[in-house]
Amino acid sequence: MNKRSNWALPYFIFLVLFVVLPLLLIVVYALQDASGHFTLANIGKFFSDGDSLSTFALSIEVAIENTLLCILIGYPAAWILANKEYNKGAVTVVLFILPMWINALMRTLATAELFTMAGIQLGKGTLLFGMCYDYLPFMIYPIYNVLNKMDKSYAEAAQDLGATPREVFRKVTLPLSMPGVMSGVMMVFMPTVSTFAISEFLTNNKIKLFGTIIQENINNSMWNYGAALSLIMLVIIGITTFLQGNDSEETSVGGII
Amino acid sequence: MKDYIIDIQHLSKSFGDKKVLDDINLYVRRGEFITLLGPSGCGKTTLLRMIAGFLKPDEGNIFLDGKDIAGVPPHERPLNTVFQRYALFPHLDVYDNIAFGLKLKNTPEDEIDKRVRRVLKLVAMSDYEDRDVETLSGGQQQRIAIARAIVNQPKVLLLDEPLAALDLKMRKDMQIELKEMHRKLGITFIYVTHDQEEALTLSDTIVVINEGKIQQIGTPTDIYNEPVNAFVADFIGESNILKGRMMRDRRVAFIKHEFDCVDEGFGEDVRVDVVVRPEDIYFTTDPAKCQFTAKVNSCTFKGVHYEMFVDTDTGYELMIQDYDPYPVGSEVMLYIDPDDIQVMKKERTENKYSGKVTSEGTVEFLGAEFECNTEGFEVGDDVTVKIRFEKVDLLDHEDEAITTGHVEFILYMGNHYHLTIRTESGEKIWVDTNDIWDKNDFVGIKILPKDICLEKVVTANE
Repeated sequence: MNKRSNWALPYFIFLVLFVVLPLLLIVVYALQDASGHFTLANIGKFFSDGDSLSTFALSIEVAIENTLLCILIGYPAAWILANKEYNKGAVTVVLFILPMWINALMRTLATAELFTMAGIQLGKGTLLFGMCYDYLPFMIYPIYNVLNKMDKSYAEAAQDLGATPREVFRKVTLPLSMPGVMSGVMMVFMPTVSTFAISEFLTNNKIKLFGTIIQENINNSMWNYGAALSLIMLVIIGITTFLQGNDSEETSVGGII
Repeated sequence: MKDYIIDIQHLSKSFGDKKVLDDINLYVRRGEFITLLGPSGCGKTTLLRMIAGFLKPDEGNIFLDGKDIAGVPPHERPLNTVFQRYALFPHLDVYDNIAFGLKLKNTPEDEIDKRVRRVLKLVAMSDYEDRDVETLSGGQQQRIAIARAIVNQPKVLLLDEPLAALDLKMRKDMQIELKEMHRKLGITFIYVTHDQEEALTLSDTIVVINEGKIQQIGTPTDIYNEPVNAFVADFIGESNILKGRMMRDRRVAFIKHEFDCVDEGFGEDVRVDVVVRPEDIYFTTDPAKCQFTAKVNSCTFKGVHYEMFVDTDTGYELMIQDYDPYPVGSEVMLYIDPDDIQVMKKERTENKYSGKVTSEGTVEFLGAEFECNTEGFEVGDDVTVKIRFEKVDLLDHEDEAITTGHVEFILYMGNHYHLTIRTESGEKIWVDTNDIWDKNDFVGIKILPKDICLEKVVTANE
């Protein structure tokens, strides 16, 4: 081993201690019963428990809704930010990123407090609002990045070939910005599936998400079932990542969503 | 009524303070291959983008087929552009890239298919329709970009340095193919390039542009053989540019020798610039033919010819191209045919500015205050300031300088350099010097009081 590769050692140790080991522990706990014997019962329990399944379905539903909401609000915002005509300085970009400097938990608590003050009933609406508020920058930024770096001559070429501004957007700008949308989706969708703090504060625990039941199990020392649920979530996230990864490659070449 | 497809009148454009195009007047004949030629930053691409509609002129009009197209957005103009870096859509394959324009116009599917195949054949890319554009080589992308433009059968095809990104061999091949395509299609081509050789090879008409102004319009042979000014002569091909004096019609003096020439109408004893192409200076062994002698200074093989620098008996350096080499150090006899001497009117014979006497002994011009003899003038008088080119001192530091500037253009005149300096105030000063400066060098400008010549401004009222 030469000297330079030694520099990687601290990172390697860090990764083993804080990424690989915890993951292994999750797998080990998930496949054990309370007394430490190997079992698949924890995973079986999830698939036979109606409550868990419906919570899971709800989490996915909320995550999809939140992601769509973020695209709907985030894309036009990113487009305006990337457009030099509307956005003269980079100040506006900073304004969009600024909320991220404040701890997400504090923002969520403050939002909940605002809703209570305004007398708005906490529920699914407030939950989606809070999630969108928290995750919107993660959608805007990658799209903004792609749009900002996009060679202007593509739009000009389309115009030159007879496309109206609307057609330029639909046929060139939008498809070419899909990689940005895809990474935005990944950065929004996955954290929303596993979030629990937002649902706890913004619905007063009325709506339980998948993250919430994992947290509850762990808090109540149900380590094994909690680990099994985490493992299931990891696997599902892993699969969607994989699918989207393939997908975004294709979109950069060809299709619309 | 002449058959002009494009007629440009008094077109001007500024970006901020910088005037990129200044009163451009130009017409393009139907079916012509016209090239806008000039160094980078001369405004040629800006002109092309205004024709395409991506930029709006500040002043002036562009007429297409006799109609002013000022209010027509780019997507409605019957023109297509081949972009410098092709701008092929990376999310579409070759076929869909070419069909892009036709699909927008709702052309029937079978018609699109027929036309796409036809242009693919024309650009010799028939089997590539399903290929991803990013897998194509530069030359192939270039062909697809051309195909994508011409499939729409535009009235005018605009090409913005389309070959700049290709290597030399590929560029030469594409030049021949472009010329061939132009002949087959019969479409008007407007071509932008900074490569003078490319312009000479391809064009029916060349428009030489520098600093936002048209310098000369003409056929390639006109431009090459009869450049109208030193810039064009220097920019197109190699040349010896020299100071001369027109003695009388058909007789010109330069390099301290007198020559017969074919130019007339300059007047008698008038200062002129003279251009002699290096291939037009001939070696001879016949003393009767010899017009002047010189000593060979260097000799370099250039493939087809040898390039030699010689020092004349009168102390001028000339470049000569000949098929035969002459040994370095040898004395040679030379002559120039009257036909090959191109005489040009001098654009200016001295620096001239309008200034103001600011106090006894100082005058203000070029945005600075210079010391000079103001005898005979009152403080506050408007004056014309004249300085001879060789009386301007250039310094490589600011300490003793009165004002500063940057070297903008360098012309070698056989025994000295003629520099164009852009001063801090944005004006120009021309300087004759024996010192060697580089383009964009920072220079201090100093003029001795005795070399500043003042004249009263004669106003029309007086």
